[in-house]
Amino acid sequence: MKTHVVLAAEGEHNPILPEPAEIIVGFVAFALLLFVLHRYAVPRFEKLYKERSDRIEGGIARAEEAQAEAQRTLEQYKAQLAEARAEAARIRDDARAEGQQILDEMRSQAQTESDRIISQGQAQLAAQKAQVIAELRADLGRQAVDLASKVVGESLENEERTQRTVDRFLDELESTSAPSTSTSS
Amino acid sequence: MGALVLSQGGTFDPPGVDSFFLPPIFGGVTKPIVLVVLSAVIVGAYFFFATRNLKVVPGRAQFAAEYIYDFSRNTIARDQIGAKDFQRFIPLIFGLFTFILVNNIFGIVPLIQFPTMAKIGFPVALFIMVYVVIHTVGFRRHGFLGYFKHVMFPPGVPKPVYILLAPIEFLQKFLFQPVALAIRVFAAMFAGHLILLVFTLGGQYLLLEASALFKPVSIISFAFAIILTFAEALIQVLQAYIFAVLSANFIGAALAQEH
Repeated sequence: MKTHVVLAAEGEHNPILPEPAEIIVGFVAFALLLFVLHRYAVPRFEKLYKERSDRIEGGIARAEEAQAEAQRTLEQYKAQLAEARAEAARIRDDARAEGQQILDEMRSQAQTESDRIISQGQAQLAAQKAQVIAELRADLGRQAVDLASKVVGESLENEERTQRTVDRFLDELESTSAPSTSTSS
Repeated sequence: MGALVLSQGGTFDPPGVDSFFLPPIFGGVTKPIVLVVLSAVIVGAYFFFATRNLKVVPGRAQFAAEYIYDFSRNTIARDQIGAKDFQRFIPLIFGLFTFILVNNIFGIVPLIQFPTMAKIGFPVALFIMVYVVIHTVGFRRHGFLGYFKHVMFPPGVPKPVYILLAPIEFLQKFLFQPVALAIRVFAAMFAGHLILLVFTLGGQYLLLEASALFKPVSIISFAFAIILTFAEALIQVLQAYIFAVLSANFIGAALAQEH
């Protein structure tokens, strides 16, 4: 009861009735504070936040970029390696084919060479044979004529006749000797 | 009265309402008015100078300022208002929290020792500002009639219930919730300060005026004053937090598309 009396005695003060001066001062002080925070503090903090998140995002982006770069390099390297392998295989195949070709070429060359040598030998042989035959024929003809003239005693001055005689003789000789030469050779 | 029996001389005047009505320092300027201006200057100057040269990697001083800002921004504003709209309310919520915090803490700062929010004029000033903001954004978001509908007719209720619910919701949103916001911090600060006064002044009276037998009792009284000062510190921080959270919550509710 005493406190009630005291309160009543001090009745001019009521704690739940606001004083206008306090409302106004409180309002103005807080409004000014809001202005400072709104104008300076908050934008600065927000700028910092943005900067920070940008930096983090930038770091992530850079890391991703580096990874992509590494991936790209790896792929490039792999491609190069595959290419080099293919190249090597190709060269090997080429070399093998070339070797084969060279071998074939050599073989055919050798074949033709040997054929040539053989045919050359044969031709030479034929020529020598023809030469010998011609020489022998001339020699035989002359000696036959000499012999015949000696036997007949009459010079076969008439060239024409002589020639004819010799030819006939030789033809005869040839026709007789032909089978014997073919069998003997 | 017991005090009269104990005393050798002088009577014990228990602290009361008058303890909050201090004589003016000069002119009409009283201690609470000086303190409230001082608190605005402290908060404003602190965040003005602390943010002048912010680094991406914070130092010790920057970290402290950033921590308070981060708390107001993310824990209070963003969680209550929602990530979509909270950005433009950051200064208000941040200001409310820091301003009330400093004013409350004044209650246990030696030599100052007066929680300015124990004078109802200051919570009322803040209440007016928050009230205007809440309903302005509400009307702007939903339109004039739309906002009343938004407040008074929350969806998901059987139609007849609206007869009861609509007036209750109206009073709730336009009167009780915001007024309670102002009264809550005022009452907590008022009562807390009064309790500290009782134990401090009581101890002082026991020590100086009581008979030799009762003088040691003053130790208990002072011990309680000290213990309760720590409790007060907790309550002061908590009340600043609650005021900011509820303001943000009401703004968020006014902006919400649906309940």
